[in-house]
Amino acid sequence: MTRTHEVPHIELRGVSKAFDAGPPVLQGIDLAVRKGEFVSIIGPSGCGKSTILKLVAGLAPATSGTVLVDGMTPIDGREIVSFIFQDATLLPWRTVAKNVGLALELDHTPRDTRPARIDALLDLVGLKHVAESYPRQLSGGMKMRVSIARALASKPRILLMDEPFAALDEMSRDRLNEELLRLRREQKWTVLFVTHSVAEAVYLSDRIIVLAPHPGRIADEIAVDFQSPRDAGLRSGAAMDACIGIVSRALRGAQTL
Amino acid sequence: MKKSAMTVLNALLVLACLALLWQILIWTFAIPKFMLPTPFAVAKAAVSRYSSLLTSVWITGKAAACGLIASVLAGILIAVIFAQSRWIRRMFYPYTILLQTVPIIAIAPLILMWVGPGILAVMVIAFIICLPAIIANTTQGLISVERNLIELFLMHNAKPAEVLWKLRLPHAIPSLFTGLRIASGVSVIGAIIGELFAGSTRVGEGGLGYAIQYASSQLETDYLFALVFAASALGFAFFFIIMFLEWYFLHNWHESARAAESD
Repeated sequence: MTRTHEVPHIELRGVSKAFDAGPPVLQGIDLAVRKGEFVSIIGPSGCGKSTILKLVAGLAPATSGTVLVDGMTPIDGREIVSFIFQDATLLPWRTVAKNVGLALELDHTPRDTRPARIDALLDLVGLKHVAESYPRQLSGGMKMRVSIARALASKPRILLMDEPFAALDEMSRDRLNEELLRLRREQKWTVLFVTHSVAEAVYLSDRIIVLAPHPGRIADEIAVDFQSPRDAGLRSGAAMDACIGIVSRALRGAQTL
Repeated sequence: MKKSAMTVLNALLVLACLALLWQILIWTFAIPKFMLPTPFAVAKAAVSRYSSLLTSVWITGKAAACGLIASVLAGILIAVIFAQSRWIRRMFYPYTILLQTVPIIAIAPLILMWVGPGILAVMVIAFIICLPAIIANTTQGLISVERNLIELFLMHNAKPAEVLWKLRLPHAIPSLFTGLRIASGVSVIGAIIGELFAGSTRVGEGGLGYAIQYASSQLETDYLFALVFAASALGFAFFFIIMFLEWYFLHNWHESARAAESD
């Protein structure tokens, strides 16, 4: 394996971002995410975590520096990227099945192949039984699953997730964490995940980037390497606790940086 | 079902009480019947002349409905144009407000002059009076889409037409209905005002506005009252139809329609 010659799946080189004439939100960000890697970005609020995702998604241009997605510009990169927002962003007038179908419609997937695809996607997130329900009839956790199913409809290679589980109760959050890991083992995406939960970041990630605020910059980088398999048992283990301690300290350090 | 039956019963009870109060008022103050006819006289006038009464309701209803439908079509079109840019809104929105504040009574004679007397003039007046509410509410619905939803569409490189058709327009439907509720009431008022000026070219054949004017000139106060009640009932019917449509289109997904459901 010659990882050094591999093109990073997501790459930010000397990226800064300021909105209008305001102070920089991000400054001098260098970040390379390998293919298949799960990287979490964590930091105090206002440190530009979400802005990094917006830059990678091409939803906002960098003020300076380069952002590359699989060697392409972020806008061309959208082909292989799905964005998952903090709220489920479902269309309330569409049923669950039609919300998932929206991604297929917008991607111009042939009409006759859509029902089977929707079916498979709902099966994947365990929501086949509510296919004909409307979003308002679902719990927060179920809505988020629909959102994930819709994101996966585009067969992405990269997932950008902006605090997707922040609004959920802890039980739903843990369940969705575990499902996310299961799906990732099968589908092997590259994930850039923004969160402000240390436990969540540790549980999910291969690597954690800690941001410091004003302006947002990388304060620390922590590799997470568990020997044990990542399942519900890991949560109460000593390895997990130790890692949470390290990240929490880094986070506290970043705040006073 | 039982609940709505009770609602109707309650409303009828209130009506009966009001009629009684009205009758007592006439007895106590000995009001002459050309000033205030008895409820019974009004009912009698309505029944004995039901055919011309219904004809008037039909003519006015038709004109108001046509004006309303035209205002919805034109209003949505204008709102879509307004939703395109803040600059367009800044430039043209004041004129929408102007349209709302211009006294319709004052421009009615003008419209009459332009399109000639008859039902077309009445429709145009109903149309003008409905239009601002449709434009204002639909525009608001089109531009108030959450940023995240727009970005979701952008992530799929959706074309502006797709954003409009699959996101902005459905999102604006509840607001459109808010506008429609207002417009449905004023459409009937607009049509009646129009008819005061342009209701009929022949005696005895015209909408409510024309008939009200005629009955008042003949001092047929009992029939005049019957016409006024018919006009209110027509407005109520319009409102009710809009409420039903709103429920029909929105009850699956929107809070406002569900609130109406539990009322």
